[in-house]
Amino acid sequence: MPLARRLLVLFAVCALALTAACGGSDDEPGTIILATTTSTYDSGLLDELVPRFEERTGVTVKVIAVGTGAALRMAGEGNADVVLVHAPEAEAPYVASGDLVGGRLVMTNDFVVVGPPDDPAAAASAPDLPAALTAIAAGGRFVSRGDDSGTHKRELALWATAGIDPAGLSREETGQGMGATLTIASERRAYTLTDRATYLALRDVLDLAVVVEGDARLLNVYHAYLVNPDRHDGVAAKQAEAFVAFLLEPATQGLIGRFRVEEFGRSLFTPAVESPVGGG
Amino acid sequence: MEAIWDGLVEAFRLIFRGDGELFSIAGRSLLVSGSATALAMLVGVPLGYLLGRARFPARTLILAAVGTGMGMPPVVAGLVIWLLLVRSGPFGGFELIYTKQAMIIAQFLIATPLVIAFTAASIQALPARLPDLLTVLGAGRLRTLWLLAREARLGLLAAVMAGFGAVVSEVGASMAVGGNLVGDTRVLTTAIVTETSRADTERAIAYGLVLLAMAFAIVAVLTVVQQRSPR
Repeated sequence: MPLARRLLVLFAVCALALTAACGGSDDEPGTIILATTTSTYDSGLLDELVPRFEERTGVTVKVIAVGTGAALRMAGEGNADVVLVHAPEAEAPYVASGDLVGGRLVMTNDFVVVGPPDDPAAAASAPDLPAALTAIAAGGRFVSRGDDSGTHKRELALWATAGIDPAGLSREETGQGMGATLTIASERRAYTLTDRATYLALRDVLDLAVVVEGDARLLNVYHAYLVNPDRHDGVAAKQAEAFVAFLLEPATQGLIGRFRVEEFGRSLFTPAVESPVGGG
Repeated sequence: MEAIWDGLVEAFRLIFRGDGELFSIAGRSLLVSGSATALAMLVGVPLGYLLGRARFPARTLILAAVGTGMGMPPVVAGLVIWLLLVRSGPFGGFELIYTKQAMIIAQFLIATPLVIAFTAASIQALPARLPDLLTVLGAGRLRTLWLLAREARLGLLAAVMAGFGAVVSEVGASMAVGGNLVGDTRVLTTAIVTETSRADTERAIAYGLVLLAMAFAIVAVLTVVQQRSPR
């Protein structure tokens, strides 16, 4: 049937067109995929830093903002070139397996427990962090990230410190990023654990106040790692190395320390050079 | 209520001030979803024509499969394309992940079943002997196809609208395979997600309005073409 042949030809042309439309980006000079956490992204920090690196080096950085767990998994499968993450315990296995190399401390900030300003569970008056969590467990609602992110991992670790099984709580998991989770906690008059940067960035539109802060267990540590080019094909090692070096430059570290200071009257991130945990 | 009003006012200000970011994102939405719809038409119309006219054993099964594809959640299409295009995936070597091309492929996958189903239905609605009749009347093969397309234009244009409407409004696939990269793969829907999570409601509303206006403009043009009398 000639019609069928005509259609076949048309189909082949379309297939070709599709292939042609998709072959474009092969010869791009330098592109790296940075898998990172939603907190570095939602706070706007990477919007500030990445364009400077791109302008200077001509390397395009594709920032994929996912939870730390997902970012590490992407790196472990060679689907990223560099990661910026904040869950040291979760990072360790990837370092041990050799998937991640060249780990460097980039910056720190801290987690805070936030909740309704009237603090219905009276968590703010608790003597320490475990006691505050116990109070929340007894008298409040808690909203969890539930997305295997660094913040989620820390939250689970904190419940364990307080000897509480989160499964038995009035606790809901959003499965979403920090910004969305804060909004949900605010609307539902619930408590949540957040990094300070995202909380400050969104504070004006949230009905949430800081309930617990300053505990050593709330320190939030950001490391950058290179995906090991010896273990994964296609990793742009040179560009990735240049990016990590850029993050650690004094000028960049200064930018991190000054990021949105004027707006909030305090820094959102402490650069590695001044951080309490020392260089890594 | 006040937040909604403020948002609308600010949104209109962004639109009429000619906000560069807004227009470049809207243009990208149009480019990606327009290309995906065009490719879906190129592939879907011939396949739909075959399914509508030809009779072969697995035909009903294929029609059912296409119908299922119409209801495929975009995020599933996104997941499939992500797994295929990601570096460790079978087509990772093409380095297409987190590009507009990847988004076009995913949206193509979403739109094609819609185009096939609408085309098949509109071809089947034509009298079965129409092609023979046209041939008897002296129309060549190409002319016959053209006349058939004219007769089926209600359904074919509905196919374009359904396909474009589905892909321009989807967010899951674009987010997964495009990565929502500023100035590169951020489209209206993924920008709305970002601005919402950053609590910039005004921008989110502005993007939403532009998305609606764009969809309306395109569907309006197609509807005018569709409803025009054939002669």
